[in-house]
Amino acid sequence: MCLAAPMQLINIDGETGTARMNAVRQAVDLSLIESPAVGDYVIVHAGFAIEKLDRKRARQMFRALNTLIERRARHEKA
Amino acid sequence: MKKHDSAHHSMIRALIERIKTLPVPGEGVTFMEVCGTHTMEIARAGLKKMLPPHIRLTSGPGCPVCVTPISYVDKAIALCREKNCVVTTFGDMFRVPGTASCLERERARGADIRIVYSPIESARVARDNPGKRVVFLSVGFETTTPGIAATILHAGDAEIRNLFFLCANKTVPHAMDALLAGGKAALDGFLCPGHVSAITGSLPYRAIAARHNVPCVVAGFEPIDVVRAIAMLLVQTAEGRHDVEIEYDRVVRPEGNRKARDIAERVFEPADAEWRGIGTIPGSGLRLRGSFACVDAEQVFDLSHVVSREPRGCRCGEILAGAILPPACRLFGKKCTPEHPVGACMVSSEGTCAAYYTYEQ
Ligand code: SF4
Repeated sequence: MCLAAPMQLINIDGETGTARMNAVRQAVDLSLIESPAVGDYVIVHAGFAIEKLDRKRARQMFRALNTLIERRARHEKA
Repeated sequence: MKKHDSAHHSMIRALIERIKTLPVPGEGVTFMEVCGTHTMEIARAGLKKMLPPHIRLTSGPGCPVCVTPISYVDKAIALCREKNCVVTTFGDMFRVPGTASCLERERARGADIRIVYSPIESARVARDNPGKRVVFLSVGFETTTPGIAATILHAGDAEIRNLFFLCANKTVPHAMDALLAGGKAALDGFLCPGHVSAITGSLPYRAIAARHNVPCVVAGFEPIDVVRAIAMLLVQTAEGRHDVEIEYDRVVRPEGNRKARDIAERVFEPADAEWRGIGTIPGSGLRLRGSFACVDAEQVFDLSHVVSREPRGCRCGEILAGAILPPACRLFGKKCTPEHPVGACMVSSEGTCAAYYTYEQ
């Protein structure tokens, strides 16, 4: 029940806004997070943005994992 | 297979290879994924089969619908039978069996029950139906509670006077603590729920980790997150540490979301709560503060006539405590299936019995 999806804020109007993920657009309530801005990625649960998503950290994680795969591929070749 | 999927797959495989090289104590380790959304993702991705046999995953009490006591469902049914009453609910509650009926059956009999995606929709239903009393079934963990609290405040500001809340909101860290304190489960680590922790932060797990000597890692919901969190737990085990770490750090901060917690605390206060199958856990629930008594369905409606009885033979309690696996229940897959659920764990797609039935058989 704690399912939540990352979505990008494309419009803000007071305490509510519109967020999008691929072709899906939906209204989100922004009253639970600090200073939302258009372009932010937020985690949406039951119509509320409950937290922002830090894209820099997301990228770091996938970069680290890619390094692991490359290292393993090299190891297998050797 | 999409490019994205295959990249993820190689990452998972690479990490599992690394996991296999990490030292594990003789008898192996058992980690509990507390959250029902994790249970479902682990089952869907087939992660248990990919892990070496000495690394075991067991499911915990983290499906809010599964731990909601049967008396709550019976009260919801009593409310939807009231004259001029509309019940609004998250879809997950719709098929949970009460003692003699369920909401789905009540609606087929003519009750006005509406499934909502967000608690805010309940406020809209109330506004559009001024002649009716609308009751929202308020269940959920820390992830969900702030949105419900915001809805209650918003409805007050908008002077919506016909919206009520039947509350059974719960807090997860208390249940984790109780599981270990009661000796109900022998665990070597917790995969802590990602979205609950987005609100609570990781600090509440510190006391649990220290008191019971178990490492805790807050995990995200992609299969790769779960595998990464398992690797982090194994590293802690190997190093003899019981720390609280955050794997899902693209979303969860140690201090959590203060603003959301403040809103929840304005409306709710801690209370003892009954967890289905587990019993009463002190301080593990939330009730409306006195100043919100006028929207509290338990106080506004007379529900004293509701009598409840647990379904015979259902072992959800032991399953929620991580003590047994679903096939140990005699009813599993026979009298109890997702089409005809006996216990709550078979209803919600996040229920351990339902996830096991759908993916692990
Ligand atoms: S299989 Fe059904 S009856 Fe048995 S424990 Fe699970 S939900 Fe309860």
